Amino acid sequence: MSTLARTWRRPSIWPRPWLGPVAWLAFAAFLAWNVVSLEMNPERVARGLSRLGTVAAGAFPPDFSRGGLLLSGIVESIEMATLSTLFGVLLGIPVAVLAARNVVPGALYAGGRGVITLGRTFHELIVAILFVKAVGFGPLAGVLTLTLNSVGFFGKLLAEQIETIDRGQIEAIRSTGAGRGAVLLYAVLPQVLPRVIGLTIYQWDIHLRQSTIIGIVGAGGIGATLYNAFSRYDYDFVLAILLVIVGIVLVGEAVSALARRWVQ
Amino acid sequence: MLVVTDLAKTYPTGDRALRGVSFSVEGHDAVFIIGSSGAGKSTLLRCLNRLIEPDRGSVRLDGQEITTLTGPALRQARRRMAMIFQEFNLVERLTVMENVLSGRLGSVSLWQAWRRRFPAEDVEAAYRTLARVGLEGFENKRADALSGGQRQRVGIARALVQRPRMLLVDEPTSSLDPRTSEAVMRLIVELAAEDGIPALVNIHDVPLARLFARRVLGMRAGEIVYDGGPSGLTAEALERIYGAAPAAAEPVP
Repeated sequence: MSTLARTWRRPSIWPRPWLGPVAWLAFAAFLAWNVVSLEMNPERVARGLSRLGTVAAGAFPPDFSRGGLLLSGIVESIEMATLSTLFGVLLGIPVAVLAARNVVPGALYAGGRGVITLGRTFHELIVAILFVKAVGFGPLAGVLTLTLNSVGFFGKLLAEQIETIDRGQIEAIRSTGAGRGAVLLYAVLPQVLPRVIGLTIYQWDIHLRQSTIIGIVGAGGIGATLYNAFSRYDYDFVLAILLVIVGIVLVGEAVSALARRWVQ
Repeated sequence: MLVVTDLAKTYPTGDRALRGVSFSVEGHDAVFIIGSSGAGKSTLLRCLNRLIEPDRGSVRLDGQEITTLTGPALRQARRRMAMIFQEFNLVERLTVMENVLSGRLGSVSLWQAWRRRFPAEDVEAAYRTLARVGLEGFENKRADALSGGQRQRVGIARALVQRPRMLLVDEPTSSLDPRTSEAVMRLIVELAAEDGIPALVNIHDVPLARLFARRVLGMRAGEIVYDGGPSGLTAEALERIYGAAPAAAEPVP
């Protein structure tokens, strides 16, 4: 029998072996403290659930009698989503170009990234509150909110796509004596166009969802109707609105899936 | 006529890709540059049309100093030194015709380029050039639908449509099989001769260089170590360019 002297252990990710258990303990303590400090009380959860039952009971059957109000809210949401996607993409494309390290000089790049960060910093509800304060209640505030939101979202994703394109094609177009604009048109745009179309559809889909919610702070769309129904305890009308939102989001999803298949 | 004097380039990483290269190309002969990977061949070509900025030295094309040009003047100079690439570098999602016409981008307005409204003589030249490279009838195919050899033919057409004063050709056959390589190389050399322009061709493949070259430049570590006819490429000359042959015991990769 020979002695097997050699053993092997996977190298630890921790610089010292005792650091692992200590880190896990610290993490568990942090979680426990969160539960305590946020008053995660099971009794309150139970009481809340029974109250939720009352709401649910009041919601049945859903009340579609105010169809006109419902329809105008939904149509407004769709219009807001479409218009803000159009504006967002028109603004987002130049911002994306500025925020792509491989096509613009450093100073411009910093500016482009700055705009994107600005567009992504705040949740759309906060932005919506600001625009409602600025331009008053109604869909204009909503369109401005969603436009700003898409400059951040669309700009960031498109900029990342631009940064992954094939440099050889850029080099070839530059070597023909083409200027910056022509390089963008002939070497960059063809490479990212499918992504631009896909992202536009996805952005519309997202805006459709968001436009149903920002009405809650007065920025137009079906959300305003929903909020009013809640505050009047019209739970049956609330359910009707929610069902219509579910329907519209599903339809949006289907349209977007079809369109994306067409782009491939 | 191209005159290169003391051209040098050191990359930010510290790689001294060119260490003072001087040579000139007259008439319309094909000049083949051989040397191992990293010898500075690609850097040399790209410093000529300033896709890469050289650190020092001079490049003169027909008496015009290239290294000091900026803006539109630099772009015009690039148009006169058309480039052909190892990976073809076609814009994959555009049609063959758009790829060929992109050779005219240095001469049309952005608005014309965007609307694909190139001057009639450019379109005519593109059709003619496609016929010259043997791709008649391919104008509406997308570039990514072509085979490697066909793609490189489109790359050649794009270069010729620039109406260049010379061709810069960077490893044109490294992505092709041997038979296609020879056909493509022959096409480049013949078309350049027909148009009466010189071609500066980087190449790995020494037998291919022997086959087509009138003159060979050998590069090693950023310097030209051989300048002469293909018949002068003796074992001793090749050793000067590529270093000592691997010992017999070592497996050849």
